[in-house]
Amino acid sequence: MNAAPAPASTTAALPPLVELSSVAKRFVKSLDVSARIGNLLGAQMREEVVHAVDGVDLAILQGEVVGLVGESGCGKSTLGRLAVGLLPLTSGERSWRGKSLAGQAPDAARRQQLKMQMIFQDPYASLNPRMRVVDIVGEAPVAHGLVAAKAQSEYVAQQMNRVGLDASLMRRFPHQFSGGQRARIGIARALAVAPEFLVCDESVAALDVSIQAQVLNLFMDLKQALNLTYLFISHDLRVVEHISDRVVIMYLGRVVESGPTPELYGAPNHPYTQALLKEVGKVEPVKRTFVPIKGEIPSPLAPPPGCHFHPRCPHVMPICRTTAPALREIAPGRLAACHLNDGA
Amino acid sequence: MSVAPLLEVDGLRTHFFTRAGVVKAVDDVSFAVRKGEVMGLVGESGSGKSMTGYSIMGLIDPPGRIVDGAIRLNGRDLRALSAEEMRQLRGNRIAMIFQDPMMTLNPVLSVAAQMIETIVAHGSASRHEALERSRAALVKVGIPSPDERLAAYPHQFSGGMRQRVAIAIALLNDPDLIIADEPTTALDVTIQGQILFEMQKLTRETGAAMIWITHDLSVVAGLADRVCVMYAGRIVEQGSVYDVLTSPRHPYTQGLLDSVPSRSVRGARLRQIPGMPPSVLDLPPGCAFRERCNRATEICATTPEMLPAVAGGHGARCHHPLVLAAP
Repeated sequence: MNAAPAPASTTAALPPLVELSSVAKRFVKSLDVSARIGNLLGAQMREEVVHAVDGVDLAILQGEVVGLVGESGCGKSTLGRLAVGLLPLTSGERSWRGKSLAGQAPDAARRQQLKMQMIFQDPYASLNPRMRVVDIVGEAPVAHGLVAAKAQSEYVAQQMNRVGLDASLMRRFPHQFSGGQRARIGIARALAVAPEFLVCDESVAALDVSIQAQVLNLFMDLKQALNLTYLFISHDLRVVEHISDRVVIMYLGRVVESGPTPELYGAPNHPYTQALLKEVGKVEPVKRTFVPIKGEIPSPLAPPPGCHFHPRCPHVMPICRTTAPALREIAPGRLAACHLNDGA
Repeated sequence: MSVAPLLEVDGLRTHFFTRAGVVKAVDDVSFAVRKGEVMGLVGESGSGKSMTGYSIMGLIDPPGRIVDGAIRLNGRDLRALSAEEMRQLRGNRIAMIFQDPMMTLNPVLSVAAQMIETIVAHGSASRHEALERSRAALVKVGIPSPDERLAAYPHQFSGGMRQRVAIAIALLNDPDLIIADEPTTALDVTIQGQILFEMQKLTRETGAAMIWITHDLSVVAGLADRVCVMYAGRIVEQGSVYDVLTSPRHPYTQGLLDSVPSRSVRGARLRQIPGMPPSVLDLPPGCAFRERCNRATEICATTPEMLPAVAGGHGARCHHPLVLAAP
């Protein structure tokens, strides 16, 4: 790949905040005792392997909001967890400001981890129901020595005010809050250790529209105020378009397209992206004829050979069934993995 | 306009008598659905949109009770029917599609068994006829290789396929009215597109009326003819989709529309509705929206009546309605 000289020099001057290079994550269901005995007797049992993430490159610059879009089972949440370090990589490399994160001393790794935090999807399941808000938000900063134990409640009050929660509620339990307030508690918890990079995994998906708008506004305000960098994972193309500078589209463990938001939404290149964007609802009251894309998302246990999208693709060619297309630059800053671009 | 509506809901009130107090889940809701019409019932969680659907189906369990109002299907008051008469109607003249097909399909019965049961319960058909009709229904909703699928069990289907089966079951007896309660919310975008496509096609072919309950304005925008917007148990605005979405009269509808991210406001702050929906357990008297409304005055402490409908039956329940955009 020949990168244009101008972008190359800027990347040299400022390494990306977080960089994942050809990372992969495989989940293996190993054989149990009965299967192994069966194999001794001649049965052909194999280990089941899911390639949740399959050789993905992702670089996120300081201050950037990257949207990660895909349908269920495409590996977007797994990629988010790999980025933040919640799951070990099967292969590939992860670096922070140009320095590899592999093989760090435990102490350094612990401090490094504070810089990256995650906000989870379900504000009901991700908060411990037996802990009070003051402990949910205040536990980590005290444990990591950012705040003295005595100053905990004062610190938590600041954190709660910052996300628009009434600090007098800090002695309450999560079940005493509404969904929107719980989302704010999750944000306050992530921000309490002063991170620089946040992975938001479907953080507004469970909220009603009017509350979702409030939380999206909060995300944007916090980004401004604290100079945060986001990896924003969502299946909602409208939300991603609204908040992201750059969008990455995944399908069955691979990136199929990425590029700056206005360009990608304006002229999607990959047939899958085109299909997804066609489904984006608009609130203009025009009777639409819903044109469906055919077929279902294949099981990640047995992805189709070649291009994973070929069984559903309207432009499928013989080569798509055998060879996986490489992710290639189709315009400055824009990448797509499709054989239709081969001729160009 | 002289044609009598298929379904008429008039002053419906469904309350739940809990130990903590009376929950007015549905409070004075009136609307009508004509034959072949798709009506969108839009609201956020707790607005009473699902309870309105359950009330029509006669699926309200204690401590809930329909305390007032009339529900007329083809002029017949459903509230006056006996349990047995209602059972004959349900799944036959009115069918419902639920949000989560994993919860509504029986996991230990094959698809064929569940479909045949639906037919036999409502008429005298032989097993063979019933099987043929089930097969035809699966084809209608776009399920490939229906013969194999009939013998399969729900867990062998993907989410989208399961929802198609649920839709096929709802269609089996050619209902006059289908109530769809967020049937695409749990599905992926491309699968949602497929289901919407099928539903649009089916209502056109069968002429059945449909109430589509959803929180997603964009689905309603593309699918429905008319829309009712609910807030805290009341319909705050109703009218044709075009009127309501292009010139909303209730501040809540306006707020909902502004909350949806769209291309025009990329990166800008969304205009949000402040505060959160009130608890249905303890609704403030008067307009339930007034604490979040920037147009509220003292008069809003009294319950506003539905404004007399302007052209096209576009009405709002507000003391200070937004001025209609010039036509």
